[in-house]
Amino acid sequence: MKGNEALAEAAIRAQCRCFFGYPITPQTELAAYMAKRMPKAGGVFLQAESEIAAVNMVLGAASTGKRAMTSSSSPGISLKSEGISYLAACDVPALIVNVQRGGPGLGGIQPSQADYWQATKALGHGDFHVLVFAPASVQEMVDMVSKAFDTAEKYRIPAVLLADGLLGQMMEPVTIPEPSESKCDNSNWAADGHKFKREHHIINSLYLQPDDLEKLVLERFRRYEIVMENETDAELYLTEDCDVLLCAYGASARVAKTAVNSARKLGIKAGLFRPKTLWPFPVKELNKAAETARVLLDVEMSMGQMIDDVKLAINCSKPVYFNGRTGGAVPVPADVLEEIKRLVATGGEL
Amino acid sequence: MTTEILLAGFGGQGVLFAGKVLAYCALIDGKELSWLPSYGPEMRGGTANCSVCVSDEPIGSPVVTYPDILVAMNQPSYDKFINAVKPSGSVFIDSSLIESKCGRSDISCYYLPSTTLASENALQGGSNMILLGKIIKETKLFTLETVKKAIEKVVPPTKETLIKNNFKAIEIGMSI
Repeated sequence: MKGNEALAEAAIRAQCRCFFGYPITPQTELAAYMAKRMPKAGGVFLQAESEIAAVNMVLGAASTGKRAMTSSSSPGISLKSEGISYLAACDVPALIVNVQRGGPGLGGIQPSQADYWQATKALGHGDFHVLVFAPASVQEMVDMVSKAFDTAEKYRIPAVLLADGLLGQMMEPVTIPEPSESKCDNSNWAADGHKFKREHHIINSLYLQPDDLEKLVLERFRRYEIVMENETDAELYLTEDCDVLLCAYGASARVAKTAVNSARKLGIKAGLFRPKTLWPFPVKELNKAAETARVLLDVEMSMGQMIDDVKLAINCSKPVYFNGRTGGAVPVPADVLEEIKRLVATGGEL
Repeated sequence: MTTEILLAGFGGQGVLFAGKVLAYCALIDGKELSWLPSYGPEMRGGTANCSVCVSDEPIGSPVVTYPDILVAMNQPSYDKFINAVKPSGSVFIDSSLIESKCGRSDISCYYLPSTTLASENALQGGSNMILLGKIIKETKLFTLETVKKAIEKVVPPTKETLIKNNFKAIEIGMSI
């Protein structure tokens, strides 16, 4: 199965019954699969008139406590950003999938990771965060779906699955999990009809009194503190004794891992830190991975965006270099290996 | 041991399909694998290529830059990738569409007029499978039995003639 199709099936098995989307390459297989499967699963598939309409349908459906999602690729996500800000403001959990392509503007249709800043820093206006999950294989495209829904519901924070065109288009062997139920109780907030048996549940994002709004934002940020403490996740690969630590997520982490393995064969102590959550960023995990490293090398399919978080996480205590490609080009393991060799030869002083 | 395969040609030649058959072969044989397409926005006529990795270990980068096996189905693909083939790698060339002869002595080149052979045997669009037959004959990457099982997985059972035609094309490739 292609990554996009596997993700769609996983969402259905995670009891997502509402999908609203608008076609865009390289994400289209996801929506196409949903169009075929969702009605049979007793859910709603709707191709909206635009990305903006689709995300607002997600807001409406998710407000009733049902699992709802939308998916798109970079330019489409920009259009959805208004609705995502509203989701965050309303504390409504939902899933947004971004199968990234090259940008800015309409960009291209080849894989990219240039939406890191957008996803982790500013996926819409206002003071808020979304949970950001970064799969690096078709299997993780599957496994992270129910994880994203569960975590989103637990904290009432929208979740983003930040994939890319490579993961969406590739096929790998994958095990699709058995259908699972949501463990979350949303009966204290879901607007699913009071039937004269309880108080109204009001979902709103407009607060004209600064004091009221500030109180709500502060409460939300207290939740963010808990999330940052408890929900980080990362893979540490050959980091115990590493001299050079590579930092990469998603598809570029696959390239970095191949380069690490090649470097090890040459006797170079290379390791890989791969965040699986981008927000919250795995600060503790990175510091642990970087303990023995003299120098860090950040690899991305962008001009270097996650590198900011890497530097912040280690408080710039070690040199961090960058190697990457952008515009839809995928880094080549051999090039990354050359960079590792250069760093080792110069002792991290370039 | 990892085998990196790059199949390249025009859209519509069955480049992605041939890659899919190889990917299923790997799955049937219990190997690790990845299949990654790369193509333009058009359905037919544009360039299409497909990276397939087959390995005993988990696969890192699924993008094949330096293939062990190159399948070149048109001249632009040949020109673009011939020098990227790893030393002691193999190249399978549709000589009905590619005029060039390879000057490299460190790789094995197999020329077969697969498009012409496909037309002669009334197997329109079967050039990809003829090349695939030649690959398994020369590299022993998979057995004929595995390839047949893979084709049965990739082609829907409702299209029985297609399955038979693909079998026939594979056998032609293996006989050359």
